Amino acid sequence: MLRIEKRPEPAKSMVYLTPVLALFLTVASSTILFSVLGVSPIEALDNFFVEPVKDAYGVSELLVKATPLILCAIGLSVGFRANVWNIGAEGQLTMGAIFGGGVFIYLYDVDSVFLLPLMIVMGAVGGALWGAIPAFFKTKFNANEILTSLMLVYVALLLLSLLVHGPWRDPDGFNFPESRTFSQSATMPILWEGTRLHFGWILALLAALGAWLMLAKTLVGFQVKVIGAAPLAGSYAGFSQKKIIWFSLLLAGGLAGIAGVSEVSGPIGQILPSISPGYGFTAIIVAFLGRLHPVGIILAGILMALTYLGGETAQINLGLPIAVTGVFQGMVLFFLLACDVLVNYRFRFKSYGKAVS
Amino acid sequence: MKLKNIAGLLGAAVVAGGMLASGAASAQEKIGFVYVGPIGDHGWTYRHDIGRLAVEKAFGDKVKTTYVESVKEGADSERVIRKMAADGHKVIFTTSFGFMNPTVKVAKQFPKSMFEHATGYKRVDNVSTYAARFYEGRYVIGKIAGKMTKTNVIGYVGSFPIPEVVRGINATTLAARSVNPDVQVKVAWVNTWYDPGKEGDAAKALIDQGADIILQHTDSPAPLQVAESRGVWGVGQASDMSKFAAKAQLTAIIDNWDKYYVDRVKAALDGTWKSEDTWGGLDSKMVEIAPYNDAIPADVVALAEEAHKGIIDGSIKPFAGPIKAQDGTVKVKEGEALDDGALLGMDWYVEGVQGKLPKGN
Repeated sequence: MLRIEKRPEPAKSMVYLTPVLALFLTVASSTILFSVLGVSPIEALDNFFVEPVKDAYGVSELLVKATPLILCAIGLSVGFRANVWNIGAEGQLTMGAIFGGGVFIYLYDVDSVFLLPLMIVMGAVGGALWGAIPAFFKTKFNANEILTSLMLVYVALLLLSLLVHGPWRDPDGFNFPESRTFSQSATMPILWEGTRLHFGWILALLAALGAWLMLAKTLVGFQVKVIGAAPLAGSYAGFSQKKIIWFSLLLAGGLAGIAGVSEVSGPIGQILPSISPGYGFTAIIVAFLGRLHPVGIILAGILMALTYLGGETAQINLGLPIAVTGVFQGMVLFFLLACDVLVNYRFRFKSYGKAVS
Repeated sequence: MKLKNIAGLLGAAVVAGGMLASGAASAQEKIGFVYVGPIGDHGWTYRHDIGRLAVEKAFGDKVKTTYVESVKEGADSERVIRKMAADGHKVIFTTSFGFMNPTVKVAKQFPKSMFEHATGYKRVDNVSTYAARFYEGRYVIGKIAGKMTKTNVIGYVGSFPIPEVVRGINATTLAARSVNPDVQVKVAWVNTWYDPGKEGDAAKALIDQGADIILQHTDSPAPLQVAESRGVWGVGQASDMSKFAAKAQLTAIIDNWDKYYVDRVKAALDGTWKSEDTWGGLDSKMVEIAPYNDAIPADVVALAEEAHKGIIDGSIKPFAGPIKAQDGTVKVKEGEALDDGALLGMDWYVEGVQGKLPKGN
């Protein structure tokens, strides 16, 4: 009889062993998948993991794609550690794009070095405001933040659609639902000439660094960890659970908002009816894949971005349909997260017959 | 020193790899397609992919076609388009309005590639635009819908309130009311091109509001399937969808990109390709009407065919006056007709469409 039981202590060996195991399982099962489809497994894996980052431009694109994922996931991870289940980062990201991008819409003819900083700040404010709503309902009425934050995603997406189809349309754009294209002073500086790598990447790294310092060195970080691990012990120590709920949701909202404004004033360069292909939701996976640790999240965000780029490369070079690339991405994530169970749990073989004798 | 050697070796490897790749490319010209939906949508993207296969068939080994499906409008599309250009694709078809700015941006960086953008309006030296006059087909369908409705309510599942879609709604309404002045058209916006769940729900809501014909400007067969299961009429979008709704499909608007794609690739291979704007309709067969359902009475089919012929020979203009706007004011006077410029920016409903068109200003 096979049983799964919790380890008294997280297994140190498994922390490093599980990614290797996951990689092995992915390679093994994808070999079967690609062989059945008549594609050389080596060529397929090369297209997924090597080809997209073969040149410098590919690497820059990888970081561009990872930027919003990391920003959102860092914020979410702090909440998840404190048992605050904010799954509405997509909406907070959208509100960040609306607030930050809105600054440009109304100040489009202003040419000032302060325009972009103002947009970034307003993006953070917009995201934080959207995070504040579930925080208010959670602390005031004990409303489940999973539901409220998720439902607010749809409100934000529709608000964006309303604005872009309406007052924010480009006046010279034949009534098409797109805003003006952002001016130079409203655009994220490019870090690497000739690529799309923009200042948002620096913001993502700063967010990771800040989150690490906060969790490791500050009282509020300690409170987040204690309340998450043992809520009763936290309240016995006089830590306010409500304060941590507010803190987590405002922080996650703010960072997601920065991700949103980074996208519209970075690689997109204008406000469109849809600005994120689900970064806010994917960031939930990134947060757990990174084991809720800032450094882990950076790596997880990059890995996640790589699977997207690899999916495109495999489609172009091998003619694989998107469904297959989706199955492969799912396999990578499944094995990584499933193997992670081994860090905290172990399998026990138990024979009932022996126990009786 | 050691590090430098390794770097040099790596550099040599990269250069060698690049030479290998370009050597292979010169034998065959690569033609790329960027799709907004999955090929299996049986609508918009499906028809573009049929066009891709026509290119493969026409040129055989001379070309190699590649595609990426379900590319999101936004930051992702520029990366995909750029990757195709950097890989040496000769012609790249970007088949959604939202790919317009990324296409133009990439085109400026890759002057050797030729770009074809569907449904947009921005052109540069190596970017052409093309679209089909779907509204001509919708005018024909409007004649049938106006005759076939018993409740005098036509339901219309709209994607985005952009001019292309508004044109279709207006053309349908004008044609329907020309044969049945009591017709009202109700529109449900779903804000997506492809989402079978949302599209189906919108169709259900419209039927619940009394619609007995469901028209759609979204890409999946879901609205038609709902029509089939609820026993009302529907009209296929982009391709003949009769296999999804054998009873309900009155007819379908078919997008036919085959000839255009083959012509443009040929021009690119011959070196005669130029940036231009193409807006083909029923006459060039870029828009086609699927076979009519046997349940449509002969006199109604005759009406539809008369409109079909009239549009092709120019005797019928769908947007010829008198046309009244939704609020009853005269928008186009008797004896006048809207020109292409007015059609391209259409942002108002004709009389007979219910609800308010989502817009600001």
